[in-house]
Amino acid sequence: MWQKRAIALVILLIGCGIGWWVSSSQINASRPFKLGLDLSGGTQLVYRADLSNIVESDVAESMSALRETIERRVNLFGVSEPIVQTERAGTFAGDPEERLIVELPGVTDTEKAIALIGETPVLEFRMLKEGADLSNISSSTINQIFEPAALTGKNLKSAELQFQGGAGTLSTPVVVLHFDSEGAKLFADLTRENVGRYFGMFLDGVPISTPIIQESIPDGTAVISGNFTPEGAKELARTLNYGALPVPIELISTQTVSGTLGAEAVEDGIMAGLWGIVAVVLFMLLWYRLPGLLAAVALMLYIVVILALFQLIPVTLTAAGIAAFILSIGMAVDANVLIFERMKEELRSGKNAADAIREGFARAWPSIRDSNISSMITAVILFWFGTSLIQGFALVFGLGVLVSMLTAISVSRTFMFALSMDAKSGFLRFLFGSGIKS
Amino acid sequence: MYIVKHRNIFFWITGAIALASLASIFVFGLKLGLDFTGGTLVQATYENGRPAPAALAQSLDAAGLRGYSLREANTNDYVLRARNLTAEERANLPAVLSVGGSNPATISHLTEVGPTIGLELRNKAIIALALVLLCILLFIAFAFRKVSEPVSSWRYGLIALATLCFDVIVPVGFFAFLGYLVGIQVDALFVTAVLTILGYSIHDTIVVFDRTRENLQINKERNRKEDFSETAGRALGQTLVRSANTSLTTALVLLLLFILGPESTRYFALTLLVGILAGTYSSIFLATPLLVAAERWHAKRKKK
Repeated sequence: MWQKRAIALVILLIGCGIGWWVSSSQINASRPFKLGLDLSGGTQLVYRADLSNIVESDVAESMSALRETIERRVNLFGVSEPIVQTERAGTFAGDPEERLIVELPGVTDTEKAIALIGETPVLEFRMLKEGADLSNISSSTINQIFEPAALTGKNLKSAELQFQGGAGTLSTPVVVLHFDSEGAKLFADLTRENVGRYFGMFLDGVPISTPIIQESIPDGTAVISGNFTPEGAKELARTLNYGALPVPIELISTQTVSGTLGAEAVEDGIMAGLWGIVAVVLFMLLWYRLPGLLAAVALMLYIVVILALFQLIPVTLTAAGIAAFILSIGMAVDANVLIFERMKEELRSGKNAADAIREGFARAWPSIRDSNISSMITAVILFWFGTSLIQGFALVFGLGVLVSMLTAISVSRTFMFALSMDAKSGFLRFLFGSGIKS
Repeated sequence: MYIVKHRNIFFWITGAIALASLASIFVFGLKLGLDFTGGTLVQATYENGRPAPAALAQSLDAAGLRGYSLREANTNDYVLRARNLTAEERANLPAVLSVGGSNPATISHLTEVGPTIGLELRNKAIIALALVLLCILLFIAFAFRKVSEPVSSWRYGLIALATLCFDVIVPVGFFAFLGYLVGIQVDALFVTAVLTILGYSIHDTIVVFDRTRENLQINKERNRKEDFSETAGRALGQTLVRSANTSLTTALVLLLLFILGPESTRYFALTLLVGILAGTYSSIFLATPLLVAAERWHAKRKKK
């Protein structure tokens, strides 16, 4: 008995601790809840990649090249925490389709976002200014320390990965650039006049490589040797080859939500949630009395645990996710209802309180387990079925089912035993009774 | 147990509700929203007061938009639904909505869905629905595998499936009717709600079937002969309050979500609410009566 009470006390303290952690990390904003675009405001763009000119075996590589390119452009835009991801979809509507999903939190100018992503990137060649320090290189200092060269990305015909074997050394990976005829001439002039100077290549203003010119090169090919790993060199060759987007893309879906609309949704969601909690707690107290109070405590524990999980995992909350959370508040007490009704029956049949509690839990368990399994089945299928919006719902719903099973059963069970008294007196029977007639 | 005893009356009521819902589906049809058909949805906010509908319509016509629909929302908003826009139309949209600058508008919400995404979602929704039904049928048959007398375990599964069909038909019929009445369209969230109802409303059915299973076990242990309708009826009576209460708490929070919650999940909450009410009804007035009827039918066939 005292052991049970100690455990109950520990659980309560842990609950308060988690609650304090959740609320304090909200107040000082050290770990705010992650809000989806529909709540924080922002733009989501979905593109279809046109892979008609790509052989099947290169699809994965092309898509990852596309993702990297778009990611670089998005980063240039200065968006905080953008998400760029690829997705294979459409298996149920004819041919599979490769898609690119771009999420830009805080960007509500759809036009500007579309223009930014649809733009053709610029491959540039620049020379390091005399006396400039190469270590200062960054996208913002390019114009200060570099001067443009006559050669541009238009003159590049192709780039390839090669291995050069020096005498007595292992072969090292290099990237070989092939220029067109005009480029070859420009490059020959450039290298002849600038031996010993640094030469920079930039894609969308981001430095890709800054080799040093070692000799004049008349034949229209340039070798970039650096401390490349084979992968690094391969990637550079690919980036240069696909200076433009590796595959053409077409916009198929956009969604923009303004910050104010999102903020309203959050506010309404919180209101509905708070009143939902009040309604459920009141119902449990009025109908189940003392056990109802314990169920209410277990519900509070459920809420702080799930909110903590939202922060820790972290779960991106959408309007649908908030709806799932509110729904789960109503469902979290279901197990308690099953247990308490059963307990009441056992009490009526003349068992003492402790036995009634034990029997109530034991006999209600199979129903609770089976019910929750059917909910989990739905959550898993929904997660598979869903777009990101529905996945947000399914994730919160599934988490809610799991966590509420834990809190409703183990936590309220511990509390019941901790309080277990010999329910012989009329008052105690009243406390453990329930319903309109006791 | 009066529900079991008078089960024929409840079969008629259930049949009538199901028939009305089906009629609503076939006569009115579901209005498929943007998510399924593709198209554009724009919510424009006018901080200095919105223009008259005619003026805005004129501006939209002039921009070459056809077949759109306009709806007033909040106090200063318009919601525009249209086909997919060209890049140029999209670029001009803010100006067009501002009616040439006389009523400056900000776009507070814009959703554009391509036709392939819509088609994909439609197919996926049907597959997901079939998959959920199948998994639940298999699960119930598995969970009740030890119960074979007097009703075999897969019959429990089939009856659960029948109640689930009822739980789906009712909210779908309800929304077909709402679509006819006030033009509500169904979206991806509607499908989500229907699937969630399937997973949830089976709970009450499981509870009453579980109790039937337990009562059968007790009868066996005590060597008591009892008519199956008595055993099942007793199980229903014993679980009635808990079925009602579990649904009540869930219905309460959904009602609050419907009234107070965000605009974007309002109809989602309503779908869930209707579905859960239907689920509670079917688990009480349909599941056990069907179980008893199945046993009777089985017993009669055995005699012949």
